[in-house]
Amino acid sequence: MATETQTGASASERMAYRASQELHDGNVVFVGIGLPNLACNLARATHAPGLFMIYESGAVGAIPERLPVSIGDPSLVTDSLAVVSQADIFQCLLQRGHIEVGFLGGAQVDKWGNINTTVIGDYANPKVRLPGSGGACEIAVHARRLLIIMRMSKRTFVERCDFVTSPGHRMNGKSRAELGMPGGGPTCLITDLGVMEFDATGEAVLTEVYPGVTPEAVQAACGWKLKVADTLKTASVPDDATLRLLRERLDPQRLYL
Amino acid sequence: MSTTNKLCSMKEAISASVKNGSSLVIDGFTHLICFAAGHEIIRQGIKDLTAIRLTPDLVYDQLIEAGCVKKLVFSWAGNPGVGSLHALRRRGEANSPQRLELDEYSHFGLLSRFLAASAGLPFWPLNNYFGGDIAQANPAIKTVQCPYTGQTLATVPALHPDVAIIHCQRADVEGNAQVWGLLGSQKEVAFAARKVIVVAEQIVPTEVIRRDPNRTVVPGIIVSHVVHEPWGCHPSFVQGFYDRDNDFYVKWEDISRQPETYQAYLQEFVYGVKDRQEYLKKLESGLLDKLRAKPRMSEGVDYGY
Repeated sequence: MATETQTGASASERMAYRASQELHDGNVVFVGIGLPNLACNLARATHAPGLFMIYESGAVGAIPERLPVSIGDPSLVTDSLAVVSQADIFQCLLQRGHIEVGFLGGAQVDKWGNINTTVIGDYANPKVRLPGSGGACEIAVHARRLLIIMRMSKRTFVERCDFVTSPGHRMNGKSRAELGMPGGGPTCLITDLGVMEFDATGEAVLTEVYPGVTPEAVQAACGWKLKVADTLKTASVPDDATLRLLRERLDPQRLYL
Repeated sequence: MSTTNKLCSMKEAISASVKNGSSLVIDGFTHLICFAAGHEIIRQGIKDLTAIRLTPDLVYDQLIEAGCVKKLVFSWAGNPGVGSLHALRRRGEANSPQRLELDEYSHFGLLSRFLAASAGLPFWPLNNYFGGDIAQANPAIKTVQCPYTGQTLATVPALHPDVAIIHCQRADVEGNAQVWGLLGSQKEVAFAARKVIVVAEQIVPTEVIRRDPNRTVVPGIIVSHVVHEPWGCHPSFVQGFYDRDNDFYVKWEDISRQPETYQAYLQEFVYGVKDRQEYLKKLESGLLDKLRAKPRMSEGVDYGY
């Protein structure tokens, strides 16, 4: 109800809100499904009305009226600036270097921001078969900056990914520059406990925690020895008006929240 | 003026084109996925298919569950925004007795295979696959040195499917096919394939096509069969005709999780009907009216000179 005071934000709401804060008006963003989609639509409805949203399915400059269930929803086409083929999306927009911000999540991430969305276990004999790369690999290679959004647990924040689908800052000891990768790589890892940024060596450093979360609690949910910034900031959380916007207008069916 | 009328039923188009062991694309990217064609393949009991698509989804999973598929060539396999493909998972993991052969790329990699084939080239270069494990896992991904700059680029080989099935909003009887909304890789797949079946929501006179030639993505010269199949994509969607049945995609997670409910679905909605018209009659009453698109007409354009 519109007059009711909203209770505290859920983990998903905090993550979507915190991710939206990384998006600036006019940014050209390659939008993924799930929380990234919600974060982008939240940013557009609040501080970044001119956010330029591109979807892998071909919609360029989309302004969806409803929250798309899939990145191929028809609401992305209606009133878009352009709808192009997938060849144009990957070659002319992504490979040509026009994407400022990419967004990815996954089943596993490591301290260098490498992401696995392919298999758990051995590739030839997997314990769990995951969906695969889709466009994630090329987004990680080409976006000028990459935002990663994932819930934390020892199972998902691992010392070493079982499979690197989308490259981060270092792979097998080599940096992005040494490997000749054009994009900037991950800048920010947004979790349900806090936020990590990547230092000059390419390693994730905890820089923010949500109110009431200790660095020890974050370390307990992380599979590697976590670097922690000297001064830890408190991550901003959504106010009541933002929560109402998320719950009542952007995701009334609670698809992602 | 001579015209070739290629119009036939789905049953005829499939039995004439898709054989045991064929490699096949039923294209579409969320949009324009021809479930009617997949269901007809299942009914005809065609086996050992190599099923190819960037985004194998529910209809590919149904082909797998029905035992039609030997090998899957893909880049992202799931129920978008909802969950897994459960038949694929059951045949893709270590303890499965009937392991499916998988040939895996990223979207850009598989798309590039179609680009090479559609351009009549043996391979396609892409600035991709640095350091990650995709290229290690797939020996078909190689590298080449650019003869102009010396830069190392990844390459993928051309992929020529035996058959491509392309759903479109409208076509004429020769197979000149017009698409709007999400274009996916329909054009590249059609030009890559050895044989093309066009399935259309509407069959229109050639004059309608000629009045708006920029919208034609597949010219009739590469098409062998034309099928008129209204609502042929449900639960997928056709822009300007009907919306995506998002509720079905959500419900599918429960239906497909257990082999018993999955098989019961196939019995009722695939084996239990003789064609698409019968399938449509089985859907809950009022559903099609609910999904039918509300008009949003575009301004006309002037092609005069």
